[in-house]
Amino acid sequence: MPRALVIRAAGTNCDGEMVRAFALAGAEPTVMHLDALCRDPSRIDDFDLLGFPGGFSYGDDVASGRIFAMRVRERLWPALRRAIERSCPMIGACNGFQVMVQVGLLPGPAAGEPWPTDQPPAQTVALTDNIGGRFVDRWVGMVPEASNCVWTRELAEVFRDRPEALQLPVAHGEGRLVVGSARALAALERGHVALRYADNYNGSEGAIAGLCDASGLIFGLMPHPERFLDWNRHPYWTRLSEDARRSDAPGLVMFKSAVEAAARMPV
Amino acid sequence: MTVHRVEVRPKEGIADPRAADVARCAAALGLAPSGVRTAKVYLVESALSPSQLGTLCERLLADPVTEIARPGAAPADARSVVVEVHPLPGVMDPAAQSVRDAVRDLLAVEARVSTGQRFDLTGVSAEDADRFARAALANPVVHRIHLGPYVPDRLPAGTPTPFALRHVPIRDLDDAGLQRLSREGHLFLSLDEMRAIQAEFRRVEREPTDAELETLAQTWSEHCVHKTLKSAIRYRHGREPGSQPDPIRWTSRPGHEVHPDGTVTIDNLLKRTVAAATHELIADGVDWTLSVFKDNSGVVALDDRHAVCIKVETHNHPSALEPYGGSATGAGGCIRDVIGTGLGAKPIANTDVFCVAMPGGWEEGGALRPLPPGCLHPRRVLTDVVAGVRDYGNRMGIPTVAGAVAFDDRYVGNPLVFCGCVGLLPRDLVHGGAHAGDRIIAIGGRTGRDGIHGATFSSAELEEGHADEFSHAVQIGNAIEEKRVLDAILRARDAEGGPLYTAITDCGAGGFSSAVGEMGSRLGAQVELERAPLKYDGLTYTEVWISEAQERMVLAVPPANVPALEHICREEGVELADLGVFGTPNRELVLRFDGHEVGRLSMDFLHEGIPMPRREATWATPRFEPVAEGRGASAPAPPVGAALLDLLGHPTIASKHWIIRQYDHEVQGNTIIKPLVGLMGRGPGSGAVLEPVPGSGLGVALACGLATGVGDPRVGGDTYQMALAAIDECVRNLVCLGADPDRIAILDNFCWPSCAKAQNLASLVRAAEGCYDGAKAYRTPFVSGKDSLNNQLRYKDPRTGEERTIEIPPTLLITGLGIVPDVSRSLTSEAKQPGDAIVLVGPTQDGMGGSIHQAAIRRVPSAIPGVDLALGPRLARAVHGLIRHGLVRSAHDASEGGVLVALAEMLIGGPRGLGAAIDLSRVHADPTVAAFGESPSRYLLEVRARDLPAVERSLAGLPWCVLGFVDESGRLRASADSPHAVDAEVEALAQRWLSPLDW
Repeated sequence: MPRALVIRAAGTNCDGEMVRAFALAGAEPTVMHLDALCRDPSRIDDFDLLGFPGGFSYGDDVASGRIFAMRVRERLWPALRRAIERSCPMIGACNGFQVMVQVGLLPGPAAGEPWPTDQPPAQTVALTDNIGGRFVDRWVGMVPEASNCVWTRELAEVFRDRPEALQLPVAHGEGRLVVGSARALAALERGHVALRYADNYNGSEGAIAGLCDASGLIFGLMPHPERFLDWNRHPYWTRLSEDARRSDAPGLVMFKSAVEAAARMPV
Repeated sequence: MTVHRVEVRPKEGIADPRAADVARCAAALGLAPSGVRTAKVYLVESALSPSQLGTLCERLLADPVTEIARPGAAPADARSVVVEVHPLPGVMDPAAQSVRDAVRDLLAVEARVSTGQRFDLTGVSAEDADRFARAALANPVVHRIHLGPYVPDRLPAGTPTPFALRHVPIRDLDDAGLQRLSREGHLFLSLDEMRAIQAEFRRVEREPTDAELETLAQTWSEHCVHKTLKSAIRYRHGREPGSQPDPIRWTSRPGHEVHPDGTVTIDNLLKRTVAAATHELIADGVDWTLSVFKDNSGVVALDDRHAVCIKVETHNHPSALEPYGGSATGAGGCIRDVIGTGLGAKPIANTDVFCVAMPGGWEEGGALRPLPPGCLHPRRVLTDVVAGVRDYGNRMGIPTVAGAVAFDDRYVGNPLVFCGCVGLLPRDLVHGGAHAGDRIIAIGGRTGRDGIHGATFSSAELEEGHADEFSHAVQIGNAIEEKRVLDAILRARDAEGGPLYTAITDCGAGGFSSAVGEMGSRLGAQVELERAPLKYDGLTYTEVWISEAQERMVLAVPPANVPALEHICREEGVELADLGVFGTPNRELVLRFDGHEVGRLSMDFLHEGIPMPRREATWATPRFEPVAEGRGASAPAPPVGAALLDLLGHPTIASKHWIIRQYDHEVQGNTIIKPLVGLMGRGPGSGAVLEPVPGSGLGVALACGLATGVGDPRVGGDTYQMALAAIDECVRNLVCLGADPDRIAILDNFCWPSCAKAQNLASLVRAAEGCYDGAKAYRTPFVSGKDSLNNQLRYKDPRTGEERTIEIPPTLLITGLGIVPDVSRSLTSEAKQPGDAIVLVGPTQDGMGGSIHQAAIRRVPSAIPGVDLALGPRLARAVHGLIRHGLVRSAHDASEGGVLVALAEMLIGGPRGLGAAIDLSRVHADPTVAAFGESPSRYLLEVRARDLPAVERSLAGLPWCVLGFVDESGRLRASADSPHAVDAEVEALAQRWLSPLDW
């Protein structure tokens, strides 16, 4: 059974859902505190999948995910680099996504380029204040992009005729994706965009909801797939037909897809 | 040591929504800056080299894509005014603590840090900028406003004070002296209570120390001991000729003695009403309550292995002075109550209810008037209390799922903030208790001077100068500190071999004094106060003892378990202090500081010594107060269609999506029925349903009932009926979500004006009697409750010089938790399918009394419908039966605004293009009563047409009717060509309903 590591810190609060997601998807999840990993980064080597859960790590003081990301950059890079080399699927949701872009895990090097060895890549994408200026909790339709992302590649096919079922909950104040330049955006569009919003409520460039690295293994998104593992979490499940609920719920489809990919990886 | 200043601002070309928000807010206050720029300001006091400062800016403080960080203070634009907002010394600054820790982590350097915000406002005068800052950007109770960049030489620090034991002479004081000591010492004790303390210290032949006096004041405060509700009361019914017969049957109530002259004496109001109902229900077969009224929250069974607990607290007075900090710490305190229930519960949901003045400004007698001195603008109060609950709940990772907002001018100086929390715990950990020899372990936040006298302050009446006098009672919360504490406690609770502690409670009102005093009430306790970790130097032993600094819990830990607990706390980054030991030879509370004894009180006197004088209550049915101007009696009732639009735009009824969407109501992933429902996510939910154990199929529904209009003295209301109506509404909301009416637990929160006034105490008695009758009739036990009894504002009218008091209307919030036996049968309120029937269940009585229509549109005297205690519970069970059999597609209660507003809400939530045609005259012959009357116990159900015969069979013998059918017209139509006629486009109704609070 693939082993999944969920990394938490003070203020992380979506670790329980992510653990349940990995477990339902067939992995064996473990939660570890960032402090413990900073003391012994080699513990990451024991795992086949990594999860950066949502929440308000360190209160989101300074900025969302900033202190968590700073500590990962300063202390965990060599171990994360090894995990990338092992083709370990990774996911960050909401605060976890904010951490991943600030660490430099996303979007990562362009296809064919290597990951730097001694320090993580420079940050090129930011997640900042929603354009409306405040925290928003809602559900939003997802438009999967044709990509090699192991987390999202099945969504388009599974939900081809059921767009109303393919929604995810979002809950954040700082989810507007900013890349800073047209060139950088064009670079993202070359295989790094995995998910877009059907309704761009937070003002993200390109309506981008989720990014993956060139390998398709490392993935982050502002929505919370781990909160949509059961159909009765859908915002209007009481009116969805049996047929509309015939597959796994979208969040579970995503986690299963990645856990299966991890299971197929050579040990 | 130098203070380094760093400013972080958005790069050129990057949108700054925070600035846009400030500009919007300024425009709403009549100020139109031509430009707004914002920057975060960090003040770092540390010996940093320039390269270290550069590293800090690059790697920690600024986002390389969107922000730019610069040391120093950027010069202002020639036409701009710089306003900076920084916390006052000693006020919680959570970001500063995080930055301090991050600096240590990044640079291995110690630093002291403070954070602030800079606003560059272009095109406004310095005077206007300052006014705006006070009105919207800062609160002088917790912030300092600087016009210009703030560049201090050093950050403020405490200075140690030498130990000095202080005695307070009390034995020789006369009554006037005792009263002066009570008021000037912020003890807020009555003369009787001061005399009892005096007698005790005469008995032990010494003067009390200040710590002892404070301990008594905290423990005996209304906030902690509920002395009014627990006191003996003589109740008198002032009967007037021609008045209605009293609906309360006074004979045969336990603990009530009816005297020949008609007066009634009640030996302990709370025990004989709210609590009695629960105990009688338990004796009568209600077997699913697990802990009632004893612990920090009430506990009921969920299934064989799990229990759920619930608590609702008020935090009114702090929220009046500092709405953001007040509501946040209110939420934080209630969450700690849940964490401190049994041997520790995990919080799984929050609720919030606010009562505030009308947002457009303060009205009195139908006219807009300047706010009373010392009051914040109602719009700001609401914005800030919402932000406080949002920031605390969201950061803790607890979904805020249910609530309400009610608007009334009389809340202007005394907004009400109710924060609720629900927890999940294993059934075998419902009870705990400290043992002699257990260590007194405090964990969590450090103790500071903040929050001193919160308990006594909250028990007093508000006066206009309180913002200055009690600013130290107001605090800013640190949710992440509390989250760390929660993480540590859950690990210690779930340790192999069982919990590492024997009892747990939170440090709430009264701080250590209450927490240790309560946990040790049967054992005694010895406390070494110098061991408490402090935020800064300079606290006296008494300040340490009574500080209500947030995010602290007290545990009773067997000495052998202390190392294991220390280990967990270290891993979770939680500070732990061993303050002493439970158990003393004579069951005393012994306080020591650096080896000096600073207090010694008998637990008996502390907990049992409070005198309970008999209080006088006199009820006279209030007279209807006509409105001087505006909404007069002479005007005829407006047409139903026009009134519908007005009511949908009334803030109490209008959509609260602006609030709800700011709360994370999905975190933890178990919210099944959400507070906003339907295809477009805009239909109003009746409450929420959670599945606390995911996959179990067992749900917990949460909802509330508030029927302030029914008891409103201005319309001749009766608080007895108000309590019944609130219970009835709460039950209906829960039933509409799918809850089983035989598994509903409820909570009471009384917010009353001063009960020193006999009429107010009488209205409290009547509400409590209503709680007893309502709980028994519906078989809904009270499991917890709380009261706040001095909600009135006293001030001098600057116009007339007259002394005035604004009493809030008596407000009783009933919160309910219902078990949903099968979550697949839980349901929502929005209309779903054309062709379905709209069924009204429940009778409609004459009279518009107590309705929003009467309060807002046509203020004329009218009968107030009452609850039928035989029929109401039967209807709830009948509707639940329909739902359980899958016969109901949507359900909504008809309450605020009546049947027509409820139907409009069902359609607004439905898919676009849905409409309905109904015959309103089937509700009642009078069109206004039919459309907007607020008779209790009524449900609107959407039923498939083919299921109508089955519904008819189930409801045989009960009052119900088919009002009409859902269609595809996109219009709400009723009774063409009659006085009942309505024909309105649903989308127009929706816009009217969505816009008033779309801030």
